[in-house]
Amino acid sequence: MSILGNRVLRREDPKFLTTGGVYGDDLPGVGALWATFVRSTMAHARIVALDAGGALDRPGVVAVYTAADLDLPPVPAGMPGIPESMFRPVLAQDVVRFVGEPVAVVLTEERYQGEDAAEAVFVDYEPLPTVVDPETALAGGTLLFPDHGTNVATDFREPLDEHFFDDCEVVVRQRVINQRVAPCPLEVRSGMASWGADGRLTQWLSTQAPHSAKDALAGLFALAADQVRVIAPDVGGGFGAKIGPYPEDLVVAWSARAQGRPVRWTETRSESMLGLVHGRGQIQDIAIGGNRDGQVLAYRIDVLQDAGAYPAVGAYLPMLTKLMAPGTYAIPKVSASACAVVTNTTSIGAYRGAGRPEATAAIERAMDLFAAEIGADPAQVRRQNLVSKDFFPYTTATGFTYDIGDYMGALDLALEASDYAGLRAEQARRRAEGGPCQMGIGVSTYVEITNGLPDAGEFAVVEVLPTGTARVYTGSSPHGQGHVTAWSMLASEQLGIPMEDIEVVANDTDLVASGGGTMGSRSLQAGGLAVHEASMTLVDEARQLAAELLEANPDDVVLDKIEGRFHVAGTPAVARSWAEVASAAEERGGLRVEHKSSPSGPTFPFGAHVAVVEVDTETGQARLRRLVAVDDAGTILNPLLAEGQRHGGLAQGVAQALLEEVRYDADGNPVTSNLADYAMISATELPSFELVSMATPTPVNALGAKGIGESGTIGSTPAVQSAVVDAVAHLGVRHIDMPASPQRVWQVLQDSASHKGSE
Amino acid sequence: MNVSMHVNGERREYDVEPRTLLVHYLRDVVGLTGTNIGCDTSSCGACTVLVGGESVKSCTMLAVQADGCQITTIEGLADGDQMHPMQEAFREHHGLQCGYCTPGMVMAAVSLLVEHPDPTETEVREGLEGNLCRCTGYHNIVKAVLAAAQTPLASAV
Ligand code: FES
Ligand code: FES
Repeated sequence: MSILGNRVLRREDPKFLTTGGVYGDDLPGVGALWATFVRSTMAHARIVALDAGGALDRPGVVAVYTAADLDLPPVPAGMPGIPESMFRPVLAQDVVRFVGEPVAVVLTEERYQGEDAAEAVFVDYEPLPTVVDPETALAGGTLLFPDHGTNVATDFREPLDEHFFDDCEVVVRQRVINQRVAPCPLEVRSGMASWGADGRLTQWLSTQAPHSAKDALAGLFALAADQVRVIAPDVGGGFGAKIGPYPEDLVVAWSARAQGRPVRWTETRSESMLGLVHGRGQIQDIAIGGNRDGQVLAYRIDVLQDAGAYPAVGAYLPMLTKLMAPGTYAIPKVSASACAVVTNTTSIGAYRGAGRPEATAAIERAMDLFAAEIGADPAQVRRQNLVSKDFFPYTTATGFTYDIGDYMGALDLALEASDYAGLRAEQARRRAEGGPCQMGIGVSTYVEITNGLPDAGEFAVVEVLPTGTARVYTGSSPHGQGHVTAWSMLASEQLGIPMEDIEVVANDTDLVASGGGTMGSRSLQAGGLAVHEASMTLVDEARQLAAELLEANPDDVVLDKIEGRFHVAGTPAVARSWAEVASAAEERGGLRVEHKSSPSGPTFPFGAHVAVVEVDTETGQARLRRLVAVDDAGTILNPLLAEGQRHGGLAQGVAQALLEEVRYDADGNPVTSNLADYAMISATELPSFELVSMATPTPVNALGAKGIGESGTIGSTPAVQSAVVDAVAHLGVRHIDMPASPQRVWQVLQDSASHKGSE
Repeated sequence: MNVSMHVNGERREYDVEPRTLLVHYLRDVVGLTGTNIGCDTSSCGACTVLVGGESVKSCTMLAVQADGCQITTIEGLADGDQMHPMQEAFREHHGLQCGYCTPGMVMAAVSLLVEHPDPTETEVREGLEGNLCRCTGYHNIVKAVLAAAQTPLASAV
């Protein structure tokens, strides 16, 4: 019987539950100095004077370094097309561009000493005009990088044909804010660097991608690739924000070399809220047109992306938003335009969904607005416009080819599981009763792209040792996803070796030769696939060898996966175990297969969500009552893990719709720079989720699997936002921006009431 | 200044700066790094331990305030190789992913069951409001705590 598809409990758990993991800050770090960063308190200013003198006298202080001490070049943006003049200096040089930007590092013997001493570093700032709002940045009155001549970092703008909506009976336009949010992995950034006597750098990083960090470090220090080792210890969540490495990591490595001692750092949460990248941050102008019978004919989206102070991944998110613009719908004409600008804020990077939630939020809002305009049911309008399941592979108006899907099937499942008709009846009753607490129903459908990076493959090694146990080396970089369990399931399935006898090795560039890391919902379809394929090849090789040992024709030899032994078909009594075959293989270099998977392209998971929200019309308080989620990620390897990914994604999606927002005042001072001020979602703000299973295997890879890491986030945000609007739609409300905080909902209700009153 | 306490049943005594937080005493001085730190505003609960049987965010307390107290951390919850029912329930119901919130969450959950031996879902959610998790969406944590409540000794320490 196959183990695949079973709810196998995690092998990772006992350690975390009994002694806790070993995260960056848990490393012993014997003899290491502590690094503490002095950070800019101004959003935009010239550094006129920087005096570390006061700090050097403080107890335990070994050194203070500033940009003037560092002989490191600025960090390339890591993305093509971003002008060099916008590259980020490792420590701020002459000018600071956001609050929290590191300007100096203090090295001390003890952790507490660093905090004391950092306060004694004197920095004199001469304030410069600050740009916080992306539209102001676009206008260009104040430039962050005067040499570049504009605040525009990336430009994917396309003009709109003036006749674009000519054949539409109805056109609805809306400005939609997809607000800036903080990824908030529960573990902040942490790490340590140590140089060997041989000039080799070992760096521990809380990262999702050790191998690319290794390449970056090697590049920066002009070292051969084998002169750098990166180890990711246990990593307490990443969500896209720990793809790194960060400038602080580079300073830590540089300082360790300068001091000839290991140097470590762990930021505080307040530092993390400013230093770790933020996500989203788009202003979207949407326009949707169609006929009164419900058919959508044309859709246009204009994206203005806030890239933050130093453009990186965030400057490329609107590309994905553009490409995913039409979502699940067969819209004849789609036009998308985008550009990204720099502002005096924390840089925007990848955050769970990265570019796709923004696209989905926009098109789903558009569908709702269109439905409201023509007085139709939003679920019905969606059904009318979804891409039919008969048309896959389906090439969209923006040029992506969706592998396979059944969007109507997903929507129907979600409507049925939520009892949509019953919900509408209850809503009508409550509206008729006219009480203060009103109910809203939100429907979303989504499709997203996973494993969309140019290099879609992943590296794996599978080996069987003379003990009869196996080892899997993976280039995926687990940090909570459960790859140890999942990859040992995949190997066990092929090898017939019990999971507990399979060791999974990851997150160390000395042990694993290469890797793409874990991001973009790629791991199973890239890294898992590599393990699956390598295991199959290994069985083939072992069968050849077993045939020699059995003096049989290889074609006649089979692997008994229950016993883990090779024998000639029909004569199981004479057999060779894995241990025997692996021992025999010793002199030929062992039983070992190295492999890189090469999936033919990305996959496009899809689904439909229904949210039920209650809004207190007197206080503006919106509460999520139910969330029904259909998420189709193809064949599911381990439902327990897949559901966990969906739960986490759903919660983060709900958080954006209802609660979370990174805010700055007009001078660029952050007002949500710790977990007391930032409304990170807690257990009380969520219901238990209602998950509905649906699995349409993809033809793109042998596992039939698509990514599941980000789906929940992408589908839930628009469903919940839509439910809030729907709860007060009968009071004349068409749109409420996220997050639907009590204050904002209350304000919209007041405006709508006064608007009605003046009619 | 001299601070002594019983940590997971063992007497520990060290000289520390008066301003040392309990969480740093446990992690950096005693060397029990299972208890984590997730914030600097007493918001996340990653640092939750039991002090005299009651759950406390160990970043909100000075080590000297715990002088003479009985402390239980995640490392002291299992009985030898036998996991505590709450630990078992978290494993059985996939109540953890990256594991960072887990030690604090488990300790908070144990203490919650002391107060509410047979809690409703709402009571569990409210009881864990001060413990943040970014990975699980709380769904399986709540499920685990409700399941643990149905096993004997889930609130025992
Ligand atoms: S570290 Fe104690 S509450 Fe966050
Ligand atoms: S499991 Fe990662 S924060 Fe809870």
